[in-house]
Amino acid sequence: MTKMYEEQKHKHENRFQYKQRNMWTGILFGLGIVAFIDEVIFHQLLHWHHFYDKSTAAVGLVSDGLFHAFSFFATIGSAFLLADLHRKHGFWLKRWLGGIFLGAGVFQLYDGIIQHKFMNLHQIRYNVEILPYDIVWNILAALFIVIGIVLLLQTNQKGW
Amino acid sequence: MHAHEAHAQNFLIMVQLLLALPFFIALILYILAVIISNQHKKQWPHFRTICWIVGNVCALITLVGPLASLSHIHFDAHMIGHLLLGMLAPLLMVLAAPITLLLRTLPVDNARTLSRILKKPYVCFIRHPIIASILNVGGLWLLYTTSLFNLMHEHILLYVFIHLHIFLAGYLFTIAFIYIDPAPHPYSYVFRSLTLVIALAAHAILAKFIFANPPHHVPTSEAELGAKIMYYGGDAIEILLVYILFYQWFKSTRNAIHPKAATSSR
Repeated sequence: MTKMYEEQKHKHENRFQYKQRNMWTGILFGLGIVAFIDEVIFHQLLHWHHFYDKSTAAVGLVSDGLFHAFSFFATIGSAFLLADLHRKHGFWLKRWLGGIFLGAGVFQLYDGIIQHKFMNLHQIRYNVEILPYDIVWNILAALFIVIGIVLLLQTNQKGW
Repeated sequence: MHAHEAHAQNFLIMVQLLLALPFFIALILYILAVIISNQHKKQWPHFRTICWIVGNVCALITLVGPLASLSHIHFDAHMIGHLLLGMLAPLLMVLAAPITLLLRTLPVDNARTLSRILKKPYVCFIRHPIIASILNVGGLWLLYTTSLFNLMHEHILLYVFIHLHIFLAGYLFTIAFIYIDPAPHPYSYVFRSLTLVIALAAHAILAKFIFANPPHHVPTSEAELGAKIMYYGGDAIEILLVYILFYQWFKSTRNAIHPKAATSSR
């Protein structure tokens, strides 16, 4: 009984030690997974926006390529970081989830505001009234960010 | 006219055989080395032998036979060849650890000479992650964005040279990032990861560039299909490469947790 308590206490302390790593692992996973979902569902399955929308925007091409490579890099890398946290008995589910929401939300907002609107790289959909799509897209992104921040704040206090 | 066509046909067969020969020899030598090595040392892993065989087969089906002939005419077939010869075959052959096998099989003196050669400045230079990336992805940019792609199909020596370069650059690129065989002067995982992200991005950007700007004399529909094959097929193989890199990183950091294991394994 005491041994179990000791172990439990040890685990609890480890979580604080790897607090930041839990968050960053989640953020990386969130970034990777949202970029992946965007590519597969909207680009490939629905064909809402495309493989290549603007052949003129060289900046868009380069940033897209970098982000594409980074997205699967982040997904695989975060999976190993997660395994590493388990190995060190320092995994903290709530904080990890907070990181995922934050990472996913930040990328979606970046995509929705910077890439869709400022750089005009591609739109969510063509030949329809775009405003409802934009609103849903960006509000969802903001919601993810808020959820992420709340979870991270809740797990930020040392005494929690 | 007819005679000319027959001549061209013979020419093609000759080129195919010329390109296939090194891989055929490599395949046989590796298996011989495994047999010799197994007689003296402990069993060579079957996994590595299988990797070598499949890797060589990938290269061979690109260089001889129907796919090789098709890739002269169709850009999409050419691109499948590029994936097999430039990416999958090198990766599998790296996993087969040919240098380790060679060091095990050769007499001690020869093995020492070999490892000395591997530490030569020139070898270290070309297997620097950035240099290897430039040789590999930079070479592809040169091939598809200049008239080199057309010239390649007109000049036989250029064709042979470019195909050998595609394989060798792919192999070099792979050993620059994942260390299966002995790697003198290893680079940190962080540095390798950052360089690899940029190199893979350059590959993805090139695929999209081809999609929008087909090489000369390549029909748009074929270029688009070829670009998609390069983009998604490339992804599949790149994911494997990234996975292995992170796996090695993950394993290497275990020593930090279990110091005892670290001292016993080194």
